[in-house]
Amino acid sequence: MTGPTTERGGAAPGQGGAAPDHGGTAIGHGGTGPERDGGVGPDAAARLLAELPPAPAAWCSGLRKRYRRRSAVDGVSFTVDRGEVVGLLGPNGAGKTTVIKMLLGLVRPDAGEVLLLGRPASDPRSRARVGYLPELFRYQPWLTAAEVLALHVRLAGTAVPAHERRECLAAVSLADRADDRVGGFSKGMQQRLGLAVALVARPELVVLDEPTSALDPLGRADVRDLLLSLKARGVAVLLNSHLIGEVERVCDRVVILDKGQVAAAGTLAELLGRRELRLRLDGVDERAHDRLAAAGPLTQEGNLFTVTLPTEPEPTCVPDLVTDLVGLGVRVHAVEPARVSLEERLLAILRTGGDRR
Amino acid sequence: MTVRTVLTVAALTLQEAARRRVLRSLGVLTIVLLALSAWGFSRIDAEFGGLTSGEARLVAALVLNLVMFGLSLIAALGTAFLAGPTLAGDIESGAALAILARPVRRFAVLLGKWAGLVVFGAGFVTVAGLAQLLVVRVTVGYWPPGPVTGLALLAAQTIVLLTLGLLLSSISSPMASGVVAVGLFGATWIAGVVGAFGTALDNEGVARVGTVSRMLLPTDGLWRGAMNAFQDPTVLMQFGPAMQGHPFLSDASLTGTYLAWAGLWITLVLALTALLFRRRDL
Repeated sequence: MTGPTTERGGAAPGQGGAAPDHGGTAIGHGGTGPERDGGVGPDAAARLLAELPPAPAAWCSGLRKRYRRRSAVDGVSFTVDRGEVVGLLGPNGAGKTTVIKMLLGLVRPDAGEVLLLGRPASDPRSRARVGYLPELFRYQPWLTAAEVLALHVRLAGTAVPAHERRECLAAVSLADRADDRVGGFSKGMQQRLGLAVALVARPELVVLDEPTSALDPLGRADVRDLLLSLKARGVAVLLNSHLIGEVERVCDRVVILDKGQVAAAGTLAELLGRRELRLRLDGVDERAHDRLAAAGPLTQEGNLFTVTLPTEPEPTCVPDLVTDLVGLGVRVHAVEPARVSLEERLLAILRTGGDRR
Repeated sequence: MTVRTVLTVAALTLQEAARRRVLRSLGVLTIVLLALSAWGFSRIDAEFGGLTSGEARLVAALVLNLVMFGLSLIAALGTAFLAGPTLAGDIESGAALAILARPVRRFAVLLGKWAGLVVFGAGFVTVAGLAQLLVVRVTVGYWPPGPVTGLALLAAQTIVLLTLGLLLSSISSPMASGVVAVGLFGATWIAGVVGAFGTALDNEGVARVGTVSRMLLPTDGLWRGAMNAFQDPTVLMQFGPAMQGHPFLSDASLTGTYLAWAGLWITLVLALTALLFRRRDL
């Protein structure tokens, strides 16, 4: 089991001094803050707090949930830093949606702690700057799209002017349907509305549970652009998606859940660090074979050789190998660098995880 | 934050009631009932011209209570089938997820829904009940002694039932909660009638059925108080023992203790609903 990575301190752009109420609770729970020292005066303490990096957008530790006898989530811990896009991956029934619901206070964890934007999740105010698109998205069918946004703005307690709400609907291509009742919307349009609801109250953390499940390819591309624009604005995103390609394109970090546990977590570079070199060769004798094997673990299929290179190979590693092979009389037809895709890595992790347990 | 949530959700609940078909169906049912009662009362006046004034009052009070019972049944059906879907339906459909992920306390959302339903139910009973009283006034010239008390108690009865509907909808499906709430309302009414017969026949055991059911679910007790406020007090004195145990006449007004119990009952049931709703995984 790979533990969750905890790269803290990644202060998001524009978040530095914006959240004076963050540090205290978060660090108190995290156990790393110096503000608990008895002798520090109030001014000094305030200065210390102001200088601290803002609390992570979301932090959870040791989350557990059982439904009757079945364990749905078993000791899940991870962090979403400010401005970071984190993908939550895993097979069906891995506990992804349950974890998300526990973060948002919709499901009560049996054990574990959750902090959202520096406040414990038991405090509803922790969700003041959190936007959420549920997997099961459904909005009051008797309201118009504009009224749904107005309702959520009121509930969030944020003053968002009407023109900004309209812009939000426009961002999900629903500007011309603002005054239509939601009851007449298609599934895809309702999901777009759900995205607008998640984004309308100026969130600092957006939690999207399968945001493209009802969307056509064009809609998926729109969501990708939306995610990239959130990332550019420094909004943290927790994204649960089955579309690994999407995750790979937009996420900074990935948490892979399997059977309610974190099977792997890390940045894409960490998870996909392994590079491969595929070579199509003729005339490979024993000496050439040895030379190939010296470069890294080797597999062979006919005249196709695949060498797995170290995570950070020497810059001259590939040209040296080709020169040596030519010197050994090997005829080189093709040399292709390849990277392990997230999908291959995910499958590998889930399969080995399954064998291990 | 909590007050804002309560007001927002109450307004949303009222908007839901106004925009859904419930209001239209309620309106149509009420108008049909009012029209039928207007026709019926005008027939009473025409056909029973030979009645003494006391007899006429008795008939008017009796029929008024009968029609008011129909009205309270409409209110009961309306609010129970509105209270059910508003909580259980939102949970089932997923609409509750987006709302409860906002910085709101579940208790505030529940209280908002309750408040919206109270305004809707009490408003309906007041408007429709007042219309009915005016119909009786115009057709047979009868005006009850305590119209405000009567309407207030009818509204209280509706509030009790919708509070029960909310409790049931926090633990069961939308339809089931509506059906069970209306079923319990009917059962309590029947138990009340049985109890009244017990009192009339001096059978303590049977009378206790009514007393116990009125404690468990105060709808019938409040309804009997409302009937008492709608009927002419001289009627029962005049016809006394002959009318004891009649399902549409009540021989006693409500005590302050019983009203306090009804208030406490509403508070307790609402608190229990809040507790169940708070612990519920969505």
